[in-house]
Amino acid sequence: MYRIVEKEILHDLVVKLVIEHGDIAVSRKPGHFIILRIDEKGERIPLTIADSDPVKGTITLVVQRVGVTSHKLFNMNAGDMLLDVVGPLGKATHIEKTGTILCAGGGVGIAPLLPIARGFREAGNRVISVLAARTKSMVILEKEMRMASDEVIVFTDDGSYGRQGLVTHGMEEVIQREKINQSIAIGPAVMMKYAALTSAKYNIPCMASLNTIMVDGTGMCGACRVTVGGKTKFVCVDGPEFDASLVDFDEMIMRLGAYKDEEYKAYQQYLAKIKA
Amino acid sequence: MEETNQYLKQERSQPWREELRNSLKAKDRTSRERIKMPEQDPYVRNTNHSEVNNGLTADQAIHEASRCLDCVDPTCISGCPVNINIPKFIKYIEKKDFAGAARTLKETNALPAVCGRVCPQEVQCEQKCFYALKLKKEPVAIGHLERFAADSERESGKMYIPEPAKSNGIKVAVIGSGPAGLTVAGDMARLGYDVTIFEALHEPGGVLKYGIPEFRLPNTIVDIEIENLKKTGVKIFTNFIVGVTATIEQMKQQGYKAFFIGSGAGLPNFMNIPGENLAGIFSSNEYLTRINLMHASHSDYDTPVISGKHVAVIGGGNTAMDSVRTAKRLGADRAMIIYRRSMEEMPARIEEIKHAQEEGIEFMCLNNPVAYLGDDRGRVKTIRVQRMELGEPDSSGRRRPVAVEGSEYDIDADTVIVAVGVSPNPIIPAAIPDLETTKWKTIVVNPETMQTSRPEFFAGGDIVRGGATVILAMGDGRKAAAGMHQYLQNQ
Repeated sequence: MYRIVEKEILHDLVVKLVIEHGDIAVSRKPGHFIILRIDEKGERIPLTIADSDPVKGTITLVVQRVGVTSHKLFNMNAGDMLLDVVGPLGKATHIEKTGTILCAGGGVGIAPLLPIARGFREAGNRVISVLAARTKSMVILEKEMRMASDEVIVFTDDGSYGRQGLVTHGMEEVIQREKINQSIAIGPAVMMKYAALTSAKYNIPCMASLNTIMVDGTGMCGACRVTVGGKTKFVCVDGPEFDASLVDFDEMIMRLGAYKDEEYKAYQQYLAKIKA
Repeated sequence: MEETNQYLKQERSQPWREELRNSLKAKDRTSRERIKMPEQDPYVRNTNHSEVNNGLTADQAIHEASRCLDCVDPTCISGCPVNINIPKFIKYIEKKDFAGAARTLKETNALPAVCGRVCPQEVQCEQKCFYALKLKKEPVAIGHLERFAADSERESGKMYIPEPAKSNGIKVAVIGSGPAGLTVAGDMARLGYDVTIFEALHEPGGVLKYGIPEFRLPNTIVDIEIENLKKTGVKIFTNFIVGVTATIEQMKQQGYKAFFIGSGAGLPNFMNIPGENLAGIFSSNEYLTRINLMHASHSDYDTPVISGKHVAVIGGGNTAMDSVRTAKRLGADRAMIIYRRSMEEMPARIEEIKHAQEEGIEFMCLNNPVAYLGDDRGRVKTIRVQRMELGEPDSSGRRRPVAVEGSEYDIDADTVIVAVGVSPNPIIPAAIPDLETTKWKTIVVNPETMQTSRPEFFAGGDIVRGGATVILAMGDGRKAAAGMHQYLQNQ
């Protein structure tokens, strides 16, 4: 059992949970994820680690409410227990000093981007972050990202905060302004697809961290498979980060929808149940 | 070997064995018919998840045990990867001492209730039975009897827990809680070691839990064996990946002196054909894990599963049979095996194939998928298959399937389960520096001691073999425990 020690609602769909896990707090590196299961009847879901505190022995997860399990997590409180947490999983981000790094984060994808931005900056890179969200309240972890970056530019779809536009607008602006050695895109699959295209247009290597469906997260099931450079790869053990220019994002988006009907039905039933 | 023979002879000359042998003429024994395992009706069982085989009654077991001739040279034992003293346990059954039979099994086999259910006895002990070798008759039903002895002990509520040797305080770590790991843990605990099993999943049992379905091996049977192991002092940590959650160095600092790697072949193979990543196409591992470990078919569990009306399973092994029979139980109108060779070459156990046929599974042999086509939502709709014919035998001795040019045709399917084998799971080998592996990513070991290129690491089961059976993994586990014991005693 793993205790939730802190809960912070970042906006009405996204929650930050700090969880006790002494081992992972020490062993995790930027890019790693965990798999958790809330209770005996729960499903196993992957979540990227947003932060950790090796001294306190805690890890930070950021969860967006989209279905039954994430809704249950959203409603949990400090003091509540998670039945299973395993990790750190996946390959850690390859971080080295390359020059200037452009970090593009979309929505809840800003959370996994945070440790990566911080890692690149600590390695001596100049880090410019473009954060994008639908609306002002959905721009999460801005303060933390500012501390992890040399510069932060915010875009919102509706123009309610920062500048109006998409993440790719911000990326393009920065790329035209100065030399970028590498970009990193984390967010919804469609956002990563266009971030990859924008980077490719300027011959900038782009890395994306993929968030596919998983069961075990240890290579066993293959639910997470994606096509990268024409070859099938497992996000859990070969990733989660890949050269974004090689990822078949259309296939990934299609696979993310594999359980759409089942998930929708289960979520409606769950919502009806908690309302009753 | 000489020692073993001496021991077998000594056991065989026990007065009770002699008396039992003389109580019935050999001719009367050999004239008895092999007992048939009672089973659930095929069209009842293909709608439920209860066990297919009901198990023998005591009378049936005693009858079957009386067929065993208690041979001077028990060739059956040579067919058993863990060298169970087969005549001894069978004669205990004939004597109606079922607890004695179970105790005998546990001398060399930590999981008899499991092996009695899933071992391919027909190509192991039973193939080497005097009846099969010399009399050309149906062998003694050793597997059924093993299951009977283990079940009757469990159902008696008085399970024999082997007495561990005095604790020597030496800590050893077992990585993975499948059949290999459980065997090592049991043997090492019995030798007095302080054993901890580390399991990556949330439940121990490995393939016995996530892979083999309820109708072949109920989870409770595995759970009870694991509970018994804990009673011998073995500790189990779930949600822990050795080398990842904590480094090997950290674990050594905590006092672990030796490690056994039994992390299995948990990396499913795909065929890399067009459309294979369409939604509705799973690995057998994913499909079975969702059902067996995550209980996805129960509406009160959160894990979803897609199990359609037209289900095709690609492959001809036991995992393919498990998958297709599961799909039938989940309500498929059509559940079919698509296999590129013929029935004769099929690697699944004969019993599983027979059970599948009885349950209404379709077998489309000499067919091989070449592509999958999807609908506008990216879900599989059609399998394009090619007909095959058998050519010359290949390196495996089986006739090589050769594609028939221009024979492609389409089959409707809304769910496809790919069961074409597994590869070694890469996580543990990658997390342990300087561990020698082969080009197939299996771990290199000394076949006698199961010691790896790093002396404090031992390995066995599918991570060494690349995809084999429960009993071979257990055989490796026994050898590895002996090897580890010797290594630690020489330190």
